[in-house]
Amino acid sequence: MRSQFDSPIIVLGARLLTPYIMVFGLYVIFHGHYSPGGGFQGGTLLAAAVLLIRVATGRRVSRLQIQEFATTPLAVIGVIIYFATGFAVMITGGYFLDYGQLPIPGMDPVWLRYTGILIIEVGIGLAVMAILVMIFDNMVKGEDYA
Amino acid sequence: MKYLKALILVTFAVLLIYAAADLPFRGDPDNRMHDERSMTNTPVAGNYYIQEAYHDAHTPNIVTVVLGDYRSIDTFGEQVVIYTAGIITLLVLRRTRRRSS
Amino acid sequence: MIWELELILYLFLVISGLVALKVRDLLVAVVMMSVYSFIMALLFVSMGAVDVGFTEAVIGAGVTGILFVVVVYQTTRKSKD
Repeated sequence: MRSQFDSPIIVLGARLLTPYIMVFGLYVIFHGHYSPGGGFQGGTLLAAAVLLIRVATGRRVSRLQIQEFATTPLAVIGVIIYFATGFAVMITGGYFLDYGQLPIPGMDPVWLRYTGILIIEVGIGLAVMAILVMIFDNMVKGEDYA
Repeated sequence: MKYLKALILVTFAVLLIYAAADLPFRGDPDNRMHDERSMTNTPVAGNYYIQEAYHDAHTPNIVTVVLGDYRSIDTFGEQVVIYTAGIITLLVLRRTRRRSS
Repeated sequence: MIWELELILYLFLVISGLVALKVRDLLVAVVMMSVYSFIMALLFVSMGAVDVGFTEAVIGAGVTGILFVVVVYQTTRKSKD
């Protein structure tokens, strides 16, 4: 940030830790049916991995990971995934967000509910990750946080 | 004035601890919220969730079923709140900093 | 949960909150807020609310700390009062 110099220990530690935090975030999202966790927690872990590499290495390296202009469309896509899941049920004749009548052929309603919960968890995780990175990028904009 | 502040704080802490002494014990199965029927003889919602969550969605984690299926419109509202917070930071922080520099 | 361990956790909770209020250096206050959030997460887990504890540990002790550090480095580091 303001008075920062290149420290190889910090850069190496961030590079070593980031992939594992990211894999753990994906695990928390996709294993939320069986263990504690879910969209919010997993998305926040993914955002923590991205923010760690942004704080440690600066703008030049973090441009390779998620660019600044890509966060707002990702947040919108996350909200739209959630809303479209509910709206697809409304088109086929059910209530809003009642996953028992999702238009996927060949599944009984119980497994359709399982699938619907998984889809909206992915949407929540994507939106939360993009929005936390977006808040960080807007806070440090204009100053070189490297 | 400093002693008055401390006195107000201690009084409030004693009041809260006195109120918390009447709370039911954690995890006691005889609590009122674990009954099948409430005091006015209407069915309790949490009892239905505990009994039927696995049969409705084949998901062992009850919290995920409640947040994602039974109360999914509430979760949708939470996501819209977070999205609004992100958009507000984008609108407030983006333009002014570039103009001042 | 052993209640002596819970009592020690409550004691550290109060101490970290008081240090975060009283200290002059704002970076130390941010670290103390992270410690407060983490002890709070441990208490939630000991009460059986695993999801709430997980959320508190990730958001309160992780991302909020990073955002507060950014704010501290963009304003002043010493507090006036």
